Amino acid sequence: MKNWPLWEVFIRSKNGLHHKHVGSLHATDAEMAMQNARDVYTRRSEGVSIWVVESKHITASNPEENGELFEPAQDKVYRHPTFYEMPDELEHI
Amino acid sequence: MDNNILFDYLLQLGDNSLVLGHRLSEWCGHGPILEVDMALTNIALDLLGQTRNYFQYAAEVEGKGRTEDDIAMLRDVRDFKNVLLVEQPNEDFAYTITRQFFFDAYHFYFLKELSTSKDEQLSAIAQKSLKEVTYHLKYSSDWVIRLGDGTEKSHHKIQNAVDDLWMYIGELCEESETDKKMSSIGVGVDLNKIRFMVNEKINEVLKESTVRIPETPSKQTGGKNGKHTEHLGFILSELQWMQRTYPNMKW
Repeated sequence: MKNWPLWEVFIRSKNGLHHKHVGSLHATDAEMAMQNARDVYTRRSEGVSIWVVESKHITASNPEENGELFEPAQDKVYRHPTFYEMPDELEHI
Repeated sequence: MDNNILFDYLLQLGDNSLVLGHRLSEWCGHGPILEVDMALTNIALDLLGQTRNYFQYAAEVEGKGRTEDDIAMLRDVRDFKNVLLVEQPNEDFAYTITRQFFFDAYHFYFLKELSTSKDEQLSAIAQKSLKEVTYHLKYSSDWVIRLGDGTEKSHHKIQNAVDDLWMYIGELCEESETDKKMSSIGVGVDLNKIRFMVNEKINEVLKESTVRIPETPSKQTGGKNGKHTEHLGFILSELQWMQRTYPNMKW
C-alpha cells in the first residue's frame, strides 16, 4: 500500500464556486481515489462536487524560480484597478 | 397493529445496525491505511445513526418511558435480535469487507422495500438510510472485486472469508414470526420477495471477483430469535461496560 499513487483532491463547496484544493490521499485508481476523497474530505458536508487528479500529472512551479516568476509583478501597481473614483452608491466592488 | 410485534421488529432492524456498527468501530485507528480506516468508521457512524432512529421509535412504541440508550445498553444477549452474520469478528480486512458486502447486499434491497412501508415512520427511516447504504454496497462490492481479482494473496484471503461466512447468509432473508406478521400487514418487508435479488447481487459480485461460490449450505440461524454465537456476549460486555459498571451514568 506504500506504493499506491498519490492523488490531489479538489472540492467545490457549493454550486457557482470553483473547485479548491483540499489535500491529497493514496489510491490505486481513479475510482478508489474518488471514494476515498468522499470518505476523507466530505464528511462534514464540505462539498457538492469532487475532482481527483493523480499528483504526478500536476506540473508545479519551482520555488527557486520565484524571483523571475513573481517579483516582476510586484512594482506594477497600475495593473490593479485602484485608480478609479467609485461612486458611493456602488456596492460589492 | 400489535405494538409488541412492531417493537420486536424495530429491535431486529436496530440490533443489526448497532452490532455491525460496533464491529466496524473496532477498526477505528487500526485500518490498513488512513483512507480505509475513515471509510469503515464512516459506515459505522451511518449504522449507529440508523440504530438511533429505530431505537427512538422503539422506545416510543413501547411506551414504558425507556429511552434509546436503555434499549441499547441495558438488554442482555438473549434480548438481541440481530442476525448472526453481523456479530462475527473482524479477523482481517478481507473478512470485514466480505461480512460487510453480504450484509449490504441484503440491507440495500431490504431498505428499498421498507421505503414503501405503510408505517410512515419506518418508511422515512428507510428512505434516509437507503442513501447511505447505496454507498456502503458500492464500497464493499468494489473491495470484494479488487481483493478477489487482485493478487494471489488477496484472492486467497477473500476466498477464505467467503467460505467461512457463507453459512450465515441464509438467515438474512429467513422469515422470523415477527417478519411474517409485519409483512402480512404491509408494514414490514416480505423477505421472500427480496431473497432472489439479494442472492443475484451476491453471485454477480462474487463472479466478477473470481471468487469461487461455496456449495456448502447457509443454514446457520437463530439470531432473530435471540440465539447467538459466543461473540455477541463479548461485544455487549465492551459496549455496555460503562453503563453496567456505573448505572445511570451520563456524560
